[in-house]
Order: sequence, then structure tokens, then C-alpha cells
Amino acid sequence: MACYLTTGKHMSIYYSVFTVLILLAVTAPIALLFGFVGASAARSRIAPLRWFAQGYIAIVRGVPEIAFFLFFVIALDQGIEYLRHKALCPDWSEPIRQGNDFVVCQAAKVPLGSAPQWLHETYGFALAVLTFAIVYGAFAANVLFGAMRAVPRAQLETAEAYGMTQRQTFWRVLVPQMWVYALPGLSNLWMVLIKATPLLFLLGVEDIVYWARELGGTKTPRFTDYPHGDWRMWYFLALLVFYLLFTRVSEIVLGRIMARLTKGQATAGGEAQRKAATA
Amino acid sequence: MSCWQTIQDYGLRAIGIGERLLPRDDFTLCQQFTLIGSGMIWNIYFGLFALMLGFFLATALALGKASSRTILRKPAEWFIFLFRGSPLFIQFFFAYFLFLNLKSVSPIFDPFTAAWLGALIVLFFNTAAYSGEIFYGALQSIPKGDTEAADAYGLSGWARFRRVVWPTMLRLAWPAYTNEAIFLFQATALVFFSGFPAWQQRGDALYYASYFADKTFNPFVPYPILAFYFILLTLVIISLFGLVNARLNRHLPQNMRRKIRLRLNLVR
Repeated sequence: MACYLTTGKHMSIYYSVFTVLILLAVTAPIALLFGFVGASAARSRIAPLRWFAQGYIAIVRGVPEIAFFLFFVIALDQGIEYLRHKALCPDWSEPIRQGNDFVVCQAAKVPLGSAPQWLHETYGFALAVLTFAIVYGAFAANVLFGAMRAVPRAQLETAEAYGMTQRQTFWRVLVPQMWVYALPGLSNLWMVLIKATPLLFLLGVEDIVYWARELGGTKTPRFTDYPHGDWRMWYFLALLVFYLLFTRVSEIVLGRIMARLTKGQATAGGEAQRKAATA
Repeated sequence: MSCWQTIQDYGLRAIGIGERLLPRDDFTLCQQFTLIGSGMIWNIYFGLFALMLGFFLATALALGKASSRTILRKPAEWFIFLFRGSPLFIQFFFAYFLFLNLKSVSPIFDPFTAAWLGALIVLFFNTAAYSGEIFYGALQSIPKGDTEAADAYGLSGWARFRRVVWPTMLRLAWPAYTNEAIFLFQATALVFFSGFPAWQQRGDALYYASYFADKTFNPFVPYPILAFYFILLTLVIISLFGLVNARLNRHLPQNMRRKIRLRLNLVR
């Protein structure tokens, strides 16, 4: 059994677990950044910028994200290649859309046809990260937008009364205080992000779902030293347990962070903490 | 071929009525609209049935989780954690392979490996867990005065639940439950992308949308069509649930009524 679980192919599934963790670690900050920029833009005084940000939030929230995952990967891929095509091959005369085909010149291919395998994989992974960031950035923007509005108005007025500029008020008063209002929404989003990672499979990344299907399938003694029947059910059970554990741990950690952030805040939670401490 | 002809051929393609072969080339806008629209039949079927069945289980789960008896509370808590803590996508895969294994044990499980029953069961349990949590939250926030008034009137047991606790619970939970319903309908798009096979190319809206996107290498037409249909469906759900919401709140003065506010809809 121990030998079976450490075959070369099994190493790939463990490796892909790390892919999932890396994806989460990379996507979360980027999505948060997208969200922060989006939320700030949605509050902007420049009308077109505000409309753009509000439109971004509204559209992404209204459509099932799985459709976005399928859409963005092709759209981004083609968009990048189209731009490179325009820049690198200006004297290309044929149309790019030939009926059902999307044709760009060789030099514009991303990654280049001659590029090594790992570059292709990294590129696919990067596209996946970008897609996740765009979709979850919109959700994060929505949460942060709400959090910015939840900061008591009096705080901002006080800042203005002290003669702070708009920018100073934003960075020194609004931003530090909004996190406590944003955290419940953001932790919810984190849970959702964890649960969205199996969708990587749809983006063509060889992730845990792919390997679970691959490894669990019936193996005949002809091709392997470890033949077995259809074990896919057990592989998916293992995945199920993995995700349950992961969400449970996240819940506990986020609960701790929340407790720390509420400390000294003028919210019901902060008040309860103060009472508990004095009692 | 006129558009009307296309609608006759493919309007009910998703349930196996009409033209057998899917269009192969020269895709017209009309064909894409018709086929993706016919795929919506499945999305509506899954969503509707899962929601209606899930409602009852959710009520039971909420009551179980709020119960003071451990023997009722623990199973409800575990059920809710199991389905809310893991991705729906993995649940679909696991259920499909589970049913596949059971199939070899007994032929009773034959229909379970088909999407119409197997996926429905997963969605049913899943939405029951999510709405169960919503109902539980509502149950916890029923005003103390309401139940005390019920006690004062001498109501107890079933009558108390039926006339006071349950309507108040629904009223408090309804805005969140509306979001859950929208969310469930969007989650139905996952069915044919997990283990469950689309038999004879009878798939849901996303199945056809990705069919077109694959064939034309052009995502800019089918996916916006899909988005259009889903937004339409969302609007229908909001208006229907809005009617129920108005009825649940009919005894309250205008300014006390709870409005349905759209909140995040996310993957599960």
C-alpha cells in the first residue's frame, strides 16, 4: 500500500495539491487588490471611472462564475495573442478570424510554439490565476465597498475637521477602520474561493480533480504493477475530506483574526469583548 | 433555414424532442439562442425540484440544529457542515462514482447514475444544507416577544410552531432564502461539467454554450447569450420570491417590511 501511494503518478496528485494551495496563496492577494481598486474606483468622483467600476461589479456578480471561467480563459488568451499580433506582425494581410478559426502569426503565439513545456503550464496557471482574480476581485470589491460605507461618517468628518485632505482621510482614517467591517464578508469569500478551486479542472490545469479521475480509474495488470478496480469513489472521498478539513481550519483561524480585529472597535463585537474583559 | 424552423427543430432538443443531430457548421445566432435556451429547461428542472424538496428538509434540519437534544442536533450539524464545507463540484463527482459503484451491487441504483436523478439528489441535499443554515439563523432571531405571546395564548407544540414560529422564521429568512434560490439555479450549470454524462447530447444551457464555444473558437457569442438567459431567470426568481415576501410581510406596517436585497452569489 505504501509503495502504491508513492508511485510517480501519485506524486503528481500530491504536487497538484500544492498547486491548489499556491493558487489560493497567489489569487487571494491579487483578488483583494482588484477588489480594493474596484471599490475605490466605485467611490470615485470621476463619473466614467465610477461607472466602469460599478459595471464591473454588477456584471460579474450577475452571471454564474463558471460561465466566466470558461469565457475568460479563451477571451484572455485570444486578446493577448491579438494584441501581440498587431504589434509584431504589422504586414500580415489575412483576416484573423477565418470562419471558425482564430489565426495569428507564429511570432504572436503565446507562449511561443518552441517554448518548453513548463512555460506552457505556467502560462495556463497564470491565466487561471488572472481569471480567478477578476471574478473574485468583483466580489471583494463589493464587500470592501460596503465596508467603506460602514465606517461611521463621524470619523471621516472628524478627519476633515482636522484639516486632512481627501487622500489623507482615505488612507489614514477610512482604510484602517474598514477591515473590521469587511472581514466577515472577506472570510466568507475566502471559504468560497477554497471551494472554487476544483473549477481549475475546467480551465485545463491538471489539478487534483484531474488526477483523482486519472488515478482512480480501473488499472489492468498489463500496464501497472498495482492493478485495481474502479477506485475513483475513494479518491473523491479523500478530496472531500481534504476540503472539509481545509474549511474547518480556515474557520478557526479567521475566527481568531476577527477576535483580534474587533478589539477596541466601536461595534457590537468590540463592546461584547470589552464587557467580557471587565466582568 | 428560417429561424422559426430552427426553433421547431431545436427548441426541445435538450429533452430529446426534435432534430437529432446538433448543428455542425454555419452556426447562426438563432441556432445558438434556441439551443442554449432549450438547455435552460434542465437548469430550471434541477433548480425547481431541488428547491421544492430542499425546502422541507431544510426546515427539518433547522429545527434539528436548534434542538436541545443531542441526538437530533448532532446529525443536523454534521449534515450541514458536510455539504456547506466542501465544494459542490467534488460532491457531484463523489456522488456519481458512488452511484456507479452501487450500481454493480444492485440494479435499483441504475437511474441514480443518470443526471436527472443523481444530480438532483446532490443538489437537493446541498440546497437543504445551505437553506437549513439560513432557517436556523432565522429561528435563532425570532423575537422573544413572539414566542412569549404564543405561550400566553396557550399555544403549544404543533400549533405554536405552525402559527407563530414557522411563519416568523420564514419571514425573517426570506430575503436570504431568495439569494440561496438564485444561487442554486446558477449552481445547476455545474451538473454536466462534473461526472454526470449528458446522454445523447441532452445537456443544460452551459453544455450547449460550451459546445458552440468549442466549435467556433469564439466565446463572445454563446456565453453572453447564456448570461442573458441566466439574468432573465434571476429576474423571474426575484419577482416570484418578491410576491411571497410581500405575503409573508402583509401584517406589518409599510416601513417595517423587510426588503429583499440582493447579496453575493458565489460558487459553493
